[in-house]
This record gives sequence, structure tokens and C-alpha cells, in this order.
Amino acid sequence: MSLPTASLGKDLVGLEDLSAEQILAILDTAEPFKEISERRIKKVPVLRGKTIVNLFFEASTRTRISFEFAEKRLSADSVNISAAVSSVSKGETLVDTARNLEAMRIDMVVMRHGASGAAQFLADRIPSNVVNAGDGRHEHPTQGLLDLLTIRDHVGKIDGLKVCIIGDILHSRVARSNIYGLLTLGAEVAVCGPPTLLPLCADEFGVEVFTRVEEAIEWAEVLNVLRLQLERMEGGYVPSLREYNRIWGVTNERLAAAKRDLLILHPGPMNRGVEIDSDVADGEHSVILDQVTNGVAVRMAVLYLLAGGQPESAEAAKQGHGA
Amino acid sequence: MGQADVRSEIARLAREIVERSEGAGLVLMGVHRRGTDIAGMLQDEIRALADISIPTGSIDITLYRDDLGAIGPRPVIGETVLPSGGIDDQEVVLVDDVIYTGRTIRAALNELSDWGRPRRIRLCVLVDRGGRELPVQPDMIGKKVDVLEGQYIEVLVEDLDGRLAVDLIQVGSHS
Amino acid sequence: MSEALWLHGGRVIDPSQGVDATIDVLIVDGLVVTLGGDLRPPETARTVDCSGLIITPGLIDVHVHMREPGEEHKETIATGAAAAAAGGFTGVCAMPNTNPPVDDPAAVGFVAAQGRRAGAARVYPVGCISVGRAGERLALVGEMVDAGAVAITDDGSPVMDSGLMRLALEYSQSFGIPVADHPEDLGLSASGQMNEGLISGRLGLSGKPNAAEDIHIVRDLLLAELTGGHIHLQHVSTRFGVESIRQAKARGVRVTAEASPHHLVLTHEAVKGYLTDAKMNPPLRTSEDKEAVRDGLADGTLDTIATDHAPHHYDEKETAFADAPNGIVGLETAVGVILTKVVAEGVIDLQTMVERMSCQPARAFGLPGGSLAEGSPGDVTVFDPNVKWTVDPEDFVSKSRNSPFIGWELTGRPCYTIVGGRIVFEV
Repeated sequence: MSLPTASLGKDLVGLEDLSAEQILAILDTAEPFKEISERRIKKVPVLRGKTIVNLFFEASTRTRISFEFAEKRLSADSVNISAAVSSVSKGETLVDTARNLEAMRIDMVVMRHGASGAAQFLADRIPSNVVNAGDGRHEHPTQGLLDLLTIRDHVGKIDGLKVCIIGDILHSRVARSNIYGLLTLGAEVAVCGPPTLLPLCADEFGVEVFTRVEEAIEWAEVLNVLRLQLERMEGGYVPSLREYNRIWGVTNERLAAAKRDLLILHPGPMNRGVEIDSDVADGEHSVILDQVTNGVAVRMAVLYLLAGGQPESAEAAKQGHGA
Repeated sequence: MGQADVRSEIARLAREIVERSEGAGLVLMGVHRRGTDIAGMLQDEIRALADISIPTGSIDITLYRDDLGAIGPRPVIGETVLPSGGIDDQEVVLVDDVIYTGRTIRAALNELSDWGRPRRIRLCVLVDRGGRELPVQPDMIGKKVDVLEGQYIEVLVEDLDGRLAVDLIQVGSHS
Repeated sequence: MSEALWLHGGRVIDPSQGVDATIDVLIVDGLVVTLGGDLRPPETARTVDCSGLIITPGLIDVHVHMREPGEEHKETIATGAAAAAAGGFTGVCAMPNTNPPVDDPAAVGFVAAQGRRAGAARVYPVGCISVGRAGERLALVGEMVDAGAVAITDDGSPVMDSGLMRLALEYSQSFGIPVADHPEDLGLSASGQMNEGLISGRLGLSGKPNAAEDIHIVRDLLLAELTGGHIHLQHVSTRFGVESIRQAKARGVRVTAEASPHHLVLTHEAVKGYLTDAKMNPPLRTSEDKEAVRDGLADGTLDTIATDHAPHHYDEKETAFADAPNGIVGLETAVGVILTKVVAEGVIDLQTMVERMSCQPARAFGLPGGSLAEGSPGDVTVFDPNVKWTVDPEDFVSKSRNSPFIGWELTGRPCYTIVGGRIVFEV
């Protein structure tokens, strides 16, 4: 007798197509996994014998390590492949990389890739479970989920909450996953940043759009402050980091003007003194380290739910694209 | 078995646990979920019987099962709660409602060994329905029941089910 | 002994003569001899029973990528010309963005010779505007025209330097050829993967805004107006672009323009799921733009339907969206798509379809054909307007399979393609 589950299907590519029930199932599953990381022996055998490949085409320390801890604490066998040392840099295509992994009889792939849609592409072509660890500007679903979990932990709810994402929305997969997940769970969502870093049709996403951080702070109950990639300055989207800090930086002075205390999230790694000031990042309303802790639990939950998932959809993928 | 029968079996098991204990360091660990309720009832009986309060915990074996792929994931995993003194060097009585294949107990033993190193582990079950797939035998048994094909055992407890009973159910029918 | 072909019993639609009637067509020694209701063909004539079929002057596609020389794994002039014939086209203009590019008379001669050798649809070479398609200085336009080039373009890339475009529009007038431009301001669109809008935003793909195309359309129109040269605007995809051309035509600017089947029937919604077979340049745009392109086709603002047939090897499209090349094949689906999704939906009638796919392409590029008047080349397309079929890439004659129309149920398909009185394709 198995309990009814909000099945995730074969893969986790993004939050856009997940129902509220599915997102809540992941968050609820993450709760007991938090406790495992507090144990003396931080390991349970649930994914014993599963082989997971962490396939990182872009450099990442934080997300890769978080996934690695999640895998190890569930007793999976995992292998890390990074683009710098893989045959990808020798011109191998994504399809061939996928087929080679498949030929080694793996069970799951956790992939980060610089191209939007790469996770979907892989998921459509291999029978293994695919977890998107960030694809281009598209989605970073486990980051979105850990942000949701952290907000829920601290506020107690998401429905009806006003959450503003501040920074480079245009290029941010974190922003997209947050927007989709928050909207699905009933939050009011806003984005704020220089207009050069907002998508053309941002308002059609169903979010408020602010171009001044003071207005965002006035409106919001939660701020999710995104990292400003240094390339954005080189690309001319903002004239200088100093100017960005002066106009869009989240500072204690600006927060002091708000009519309530705001919960502060940041997906890391932070540029202190650019998008966020140290006294905010280290302040009492910052939950940035809780996000990191929750990241491991959320990833454990995702791996666990997918691993027990749907043999028939994996079979369908094999038949559809088997080669 | 009706409520009175179940109560008297639990009282008998409580006496047996006390009799077989080696003195200090007795701990009850119920297997989530109904084993936890039975462990709680045993704790109450022992308190009434011997005026001692046995530290009692709960163990959720979901993440130690060997059949994740077959049953699909459980969306909500119960928490494992150790008694405040832990289980190191304790005499643990593992409590479950029904023993069948023995796989749950195998999982529980693995999990217990991740939590600590008990001096001894004994197994106490309310119902032994036979059908073992592993060489795991209970030390203390409430009732042995022969279950035929097409039948299964259902243990009901007040907290979860509103009444205390052990029913033998014919598949397809429902009480 | 003369060779004769007698097309009997079909409905002849030839807008160049205002003909729409069930009459016969007689072709002798490669030329149309006569149309009529009561023809007596020579004894030796081959008879083709065309009852229930539509006979038109041969269709011409002024925008086709043959990929030869340099990318023969995608297409060759032989396979491209055969795919054209299978799609009902009797003539195609081969774009010069090959490797090396067709920017001198020898390369033009090579394309022409390969086209003749293919023995299928006629292949009309188009030369580059600039040496090496580098956008810096004019190629040998006069010598290329002497070698057979029918137009010049740097297609695949826009001419970014307005000064160079001015020179091309001036210089080309000596030779009576159009200057075809792929209008795009790369400063706005170089990194773009699809139409910029809500869908690009949601998919996290960088966008090409309409403005990137509109700016160059307007620039080209202004330069054509300034110089008196003939600008041919390729694959127009925006509402503002169509409107700008409409206004320019009203002012008397010498402009002709294309509509692509995909811009007539698809929108950027088709990209969802990161479908690389919906990736092309200019990108599929909004339904508002699509409606404007349909209106422009209907009222003649857009003169020609051109497929922008752009074959790519399946490996190249089997990748992440950003890594996939732009372009789709179109020769073998054009007639079915236009009949089913444009004519049957009432955007244009059959006569207008023949105008846009035969008469006007011939006129715009100064090509033979586009008419069944006596003495015209015996280039004829015969299609069955009622046959239902499903687009299956296994049936493609082209080397490539990159079509967004795979699996579509279409009504109407070519059944004979006749070039110079010779049947080069029949079902």
C-alpha cells in the first residue's frame, strides 16, 4: 500500500510546469531530510546502488557541492564531470555525452549547462532521471525550491506573501524559477532592477515591475537579492558596479525606511558592497546561510522523489529516442 | 481480536519485557507508525506494572527500505526520535505491530546501528503472521496468526484509527 | 524530330495572361506553343492527363540555400535542384553564402554549371554584394552578372554599412538586377536566438526584437529612394516592416519583398520546448506580425513567396537551442503549406498564389518564365489541389530534414514539374 504522491515524473527541468501540489510535495519531503544532516551519521541508505553523474558544463562550486552532499547523504554513488576536463571541450556534442553516460548504465544526471533548454534536451533523450542544476538563463529549479523552503520556514506561508527579486532578472535562471514557483504557490511577485536587466515583457510574466529599489522595498515583505555578474558591467548593461550599488544596492539605510522588517535572501555567491551591503547580508533578517542548509535538504528530497519515480516514463523516453 | 484481547496481550508483553530485562538501560523503540503506538501502550503498562518510566522513541525506516523503486517514494517521511539518553549501550526493545517478511525489522536494525551501538536489541511484536523472507525472529510475540492467501492483518490503534483492534481481512471485502 | 508535351484536361491558371480555364497546354522543343481548348497535338507528343489538376507557369523560389560549395553534407546543387523540382519549383535562386562565398564570376559560373548538370529545376546563381561577404567593398558585380548572376545579396548577413548598401543600389542599376538584403541590425540582434518577447523571456533565450529588422527595412527603403536602385527585401517578418514597404511602394520606391511560408503560418509559440526546427532568422514572431505578413501578401506589398530553404544536417539541429544553426528546409512543403494554411484559409486565392510564386518572382529578378504565353519557356507546374498528405521527412528529396512542418496534414501537392518541356519530377 503506497500513499498517494504528487509524482514529479522522470525529471526536474523547471518549476514552470509543476503544480502547487508537486512543489509542496518536494518542500514537505525536504523537511525530514533536514534532520538527517544534523545526525551523527549523516547518511541514510535510501539511494544505495544508484549511480548519479554530476555533469557540470559551467563552473560551479556551491551548487555542485550541495548536490554532492545530498547524494552522499542518501548513499548514492556519484561521479563529477566538469567541462574543463571532459571530452566536451574536445568538441563532443551534448547528445554524444548523454549517450556515453547512458551506455555506462547510470541512473541520474544532475546537469548544469550554459544553454537554456539543455536540461529539457537531455531529459527528452535519455531514460535516466535528469535534474536541472541550471540551464542558461532558463531555470535553476532546486535553487527556486530552496528559496521557497527558506521563506516558508521563516514566514510560515507563501500564499499571499509579497516577494521582490532584485537584480539582473534578464539573465537569471534563479529569477525565473523563483517567479514560477512563487506564483504557483500564490505569492505576489515583483522584480526590480535596471531596465537594461529586465526582460522586455516582464510585466506579462504576472509580476510587478519596479525600476527603483526604494519602491521595491516599500512594497515587499521578502527580498531575494540576485548576484550581479561582473560580465554585465563589461557588457555595458550597467555603467559601473559602484553606480549599481548606489542606485540598486540593498543597504541598511534603504531597509530602515521600510514600514516592516524584510526577510533577506541571496542565492550566493555574494558581491558584498555591490548588490548587497555586508551589514544587510550579516544582519538579523538575513537567511542566506539557512538557504545553503536548506539547499542540501531540498536536493535530497528531489533526488529521493525522482529515484522512486516513474519507470514507465523512463521507458517511454528510451523508446522515443533510443539509439 | 477486540480491544480487550489486544489490551491483555499488551499487558502480557509488558510483563515479559520487564522480566527479561537485565536491569538498567531499558529503552523502547517503536517502528513508525503503529509500532510507535504499541510502544507507547507498553510504556504505559510498564509504568502501571513496575512504576518505572521506560524511555521510548520512534524509528522511521522509510529511508532504509530496500524496495524504493517498487513502491514509489513516500511523500512525507516520519521523523526518527531517540529517547533523550540515546541508545548507546542501552538494552533496546524494538516494537512493531506486525512481523511479516522481516524486511522492516532488517531496515530498523540497520538504522539503529547508524544511530548508535545498543548493548542488546530484542524484538517485540503484537502479531506474527508468518511469511518470513529473512532470518529474523521476534523475541516476544503477542499472538501468532496463520494468514492464508488473500488475507491480511490490519492493526488498528486509537490515535490513528479511533479504536484498538487486530483484524484479519479478506482481500476484496472490507470491515 | 521535335519533342512535344501535351498537358490535357487541367485547369490552367496563368495570371500573366489573365487565364483561368480548363484548356490544354502544348509545349514543343522546350517552349510553350499554345494554349487552347481544342488542340491537336502532334502524333509524337507525350500526353499528360491533367484532369482534376491545376496547371500553372512554373513556380520560382528566389531564396534558396544550396550549400554547395562547402557544406555538401547539408545539400548539394543537385539535391537542392531535385528537391525544388519535387516541391513544384521550376527555378530557384541560389544564395551566395557558401564556403567560399559566391563573390566572383568563376564561382557564379560553377553554380550555374552545377545547376545545368543537375537537370532538375533551373538554378539561377546570385552573387555577393561584398567581397567575401565581409560587408566592406563591392564584389565584381558586373562580371558576375555576365557569368549568370541574377541578383546580388550578402544574405545570411545584412549589409551593416549603409554607405556600402548605397553603392550597391547605385552600381547594380547598370545591370538591371535587384539588390537583395537580409534586413537586420546586428547591434540589436547578434546574440538573439528567437523573437524577443514574452516567450523568449520565459524560455530564457536572448531575443531579436522587431526593431532590429525594422531599422534596416526602413534604411534600405530610404537608400532605394535616394538612389533609384531596386531593393529586394528578404523574408519580411514584422508588422512595421510590412507597413513601411507598403508606404514606400505608394511613394514609388523600387522595392520588392518576400514572405516566407513559415512567417505566414507560424508564430514564436512554435519555439516552446526549445524546438530547433523552429529556429530561423528572422525568427518566428507574434501572431500580430504573422497577420501583417498575411495582409501584406494579400495586398501585394509582399510580392513573392520565397522559402528561404536552409538545409542543415540533423546533427547540427540535434543540440541545445542556442547552439543550433538558423534555418529550415522549405522547398518540398511550400505548395502544401500555402494551399492548406494560406489559400484554404482565405488569405489569398489561387490566382494570387500563382502570382506570388511564379509571375512576380520572375518579374522581380528578371527571370525567364512566370508565364505560359506563347514562346515562353516550357516551365510548368502541375499540382493536385485536393490530395491529402502528411509531411514525412523520410520522403524528402533534400538531404536535410529540418522542417517545423513534420507531421502536418496538408492538402495539395505538386504532381508534375516540367522544365523546358521536360518532366523533371512526377509523383
